[in-house]
Amino acid sequence: MTTLTKEAGAPNPAGTGPLLSVRDLHVSFKTEDGVVRAVDGLSFDVERGRTLGIVGESGSGKSVTNLTILGLHNPMFTTVEGEILLDGRELTTARESELEKLRGNKVAMIFQDPLTALSPYYTVGRQIAEPYMKHIGASKKEAWARAVEMLGKVGIPNPRERAKEYPHQFSGGMRQRAMIAMALVCDPDLLIADEPTTALDVTVQAQILDLLKDLQQEFGTGIVFITHDLGVIADMADDIMVMYAGGAVERGTTDEVLRAPRHPYTWGLLNSMPRLDSDLAAQLSPIPGSPPSLLTPPSGCRFHPRCTFQERVEGTGRCVRERPLLAPDRASACHLTEEQKRTIFIEEIKPRLG
Amino acid sequence: MKEDLVLPAPREKSAGADGEPLLEVSGLVKHFPVKGGFPIRRTVGAVQAVDGVDITVHAGESFGLVGESGCGKSTTGRLIARLLEPTGGTITYRGQDISHANRKQLAPIRSEIQMIFQDPYSSLNPRQTVGKIISGPMEINGINPEGGREKRVRELLEIVGLNPEHYNRFPHEFSGGQRQRIGVARALALEPKLIVADEPVSALDVSIQAQVVNLLQKVQRELGIAFVFIAHDLAVVRHFSQRVAVMYLGKIIEVGDRESIYTRPRHPYTHALLSAVPEVNLATDDATARERIRLAGDVPSPISPPSGCRFRTRCWKAQDKCATEEPPLVQISGNREGHLTACHFPEEPTTEARDEDIVLDPALAALEEGTPGPEPAQEA
Repeated sequence: MTTLTKEAGAPNPAGTGPLLSVRDLHVSFKTEDGVVRAVDGLSFDVERGRTLGIVGESGSGKSVTNLTILGLHNPMFTTVEGEILLDGRELTTARESELEKLRGNKVAMIFQDPLTALSPYYTVGRQIAEPYMKHIGASKKEAWARAVEMLGKVGIPNPRERAKEYPHQFSGGMRQRAMIAMALVCDPDLLIADEPTTALDVTVQAQILDLLKDLQQEFGTGIVFITHDLGVIADMADDIMVMYAGGAVERGTTDEVLRAPRHPYTWGLLNSMPRLDSDLAAQLSPIPGSPPSLLTPPSGCRFHPRCTFQERVEGTGRCVRERPLLAPDRASACHLTEEQKRTIFIEEIKPRLG
Repeated sequence: MKEDLVLPAPREKSAGADGEPLLEVSGLVKHFPVKGGFPIRRTVGAVQAVDGVDITVHAGESFGLVGESGCGKSTTGRLIARLLEPTGGTITYRGQDISHANRKQLAPIRSEIQMIFQDPYSSLNPRQTVGKIISGPMEINGINPEGGREKRVRELLEIVGLNPEHYNRFPHEFSGGQRQRIGVARALALEPKLIVADEPVSALDVSIQAQVVNLLQKVQRELGIAFVFIAHDLAVVRHFSQRVAVMYLGKIIEVGDRESIYTRPRHPYTHALLSAVPEVNLATDDATARERIRLAGDVPSPISPPSGCRFRTRCWKAQDKCATEEPPLVQISGNREGHLTACHFPEEPTTEARDEDIVLDPALAALEEGTPGPEPAQEA
């Protein structure tokens, strides 16, 4: 239940702490309409060799969080507060040149759309070789050999020839494989995958997910996996964090969160999603309303305007006044008591899931 | 229990008063020309987007069309709505051949076949108010409902769960889910008999998807409108459609009632597709593990599809016969009536886990053999 692969990676200079540790992160953007508080008080850890799945709808702040980790936000319009520790090193205050040494080396990223993330101007092989030359200091020839090796590893047939081709000559699934090869070329400690399979077909998605899992076993990489698809997260993640409107609402291991969820939003997500084995006579029960604007987020609990359980919370109006906090480890940010959460899930939510 | 009800005549139950099919498509073909060459651009090939598709849709029925991108499901939808003209084959709507009907001949039929599009942002004119968008079809078809068009638009807004007061608002003032509701209201404006819904929920967030699916289901049941529901999400299609067809590279490879397709599939591709769907397993034990099939590579190009069976290049059961002979879409012995499969070597009708996983992807196979001991797949 704890760390899966311990031998992976270099010894941690700051001791035995987690690989990535985010503490009380606040990110806000200045826009024409006002300040958008995209991430508001978020804390989480990623252990070596484990996968943290972040689920949330569009606008929940999941992508912003991870762009901030890599320092890919525009500093002109962005305010970042809080701590991001990678191997004990602070990233929010790090200089651009320091971050540059990290990106593609210790931390790598896979984006949703491989066609826009790959440059159309350079061959696939060259794009994979570039970070290897930059970070490892390898010669052109060595780096090219490494690129071919990586392409073979991610399952591109005939890698020697395909490395000389351009991204447009690759199919969607192969481009995503090339992206994975590029991300893993320097053997990073942390891999951030932002909806890596959303643009792919199901049969290809299944291949890519299994490939990522197998490569993780081999390299011992810690993965932050961002998605909106609960099925994908169930398949990929060891731990899950559910995000809503800029903050985490529930956290726990995959088993805990999916089989005994404790937050009304997680219940809503599970209830609104048809499954291959769900009861056909039952109607889907969607979450009423739509996600809030982050320009003017609701007071108190961010989810209260859409929550059907707030009358059951003791003390009227508590959900509107007071923002529930997310305790460390297994927790959910909701004012319902633990006892209530358990009984509501077992008696009211679970039967509907069929 | 449901099985016994459906078994004798699955079609008759949902058929309309006349009992005859609402829409019949046979041998439908659509090839898009590929131009090339210099200085005179000639047709050098064709994208065989749809290549011989037979579909029957009865009144009030919901017919699902699933498949991966590029399999021709959207093109089929557009052909049915006659937004495209077929290269070959026939489309018969209520006994009338509309496959090559011209504008004038189509005019009365256009109002009966409506479409809902995938992207709620680009399918609504940003310069028109909601009222104008929804009353547009009535205006074009010269329909003057009792009490005026505005009254009808307000009614429609109410049916789809929007505030009728928002009649004068513009699309940008609505969220994605609300816009899709506007699209539904527009499709309902002419009281159609058939709605072609092309990925109506795939652009929406999970929590909003369910709202729109429920709305479409309500519309289908209460107004008795037949649906051709096109989607790549197998779970959503299962939830919405009584009969389902699976497409691959321009052909239907398996069709049948929902029960048969989802629990007793015969075509290897249907097996692979179902096993690839990532699922939240809510049961605490893994008693009913699903089969695991991992195909290699992507769908081949529809410009030069494989000979014989189009799936053979990715199929684990392919033999010489598959390359030379195209399998016909027929009822395999042991299948229910109406469950047709196009395969020479069909699979067992079950989706339960096999003794051995089928992993065709070379990289996956290499990694999984290389690592000592099979990976204890996450049970969730």
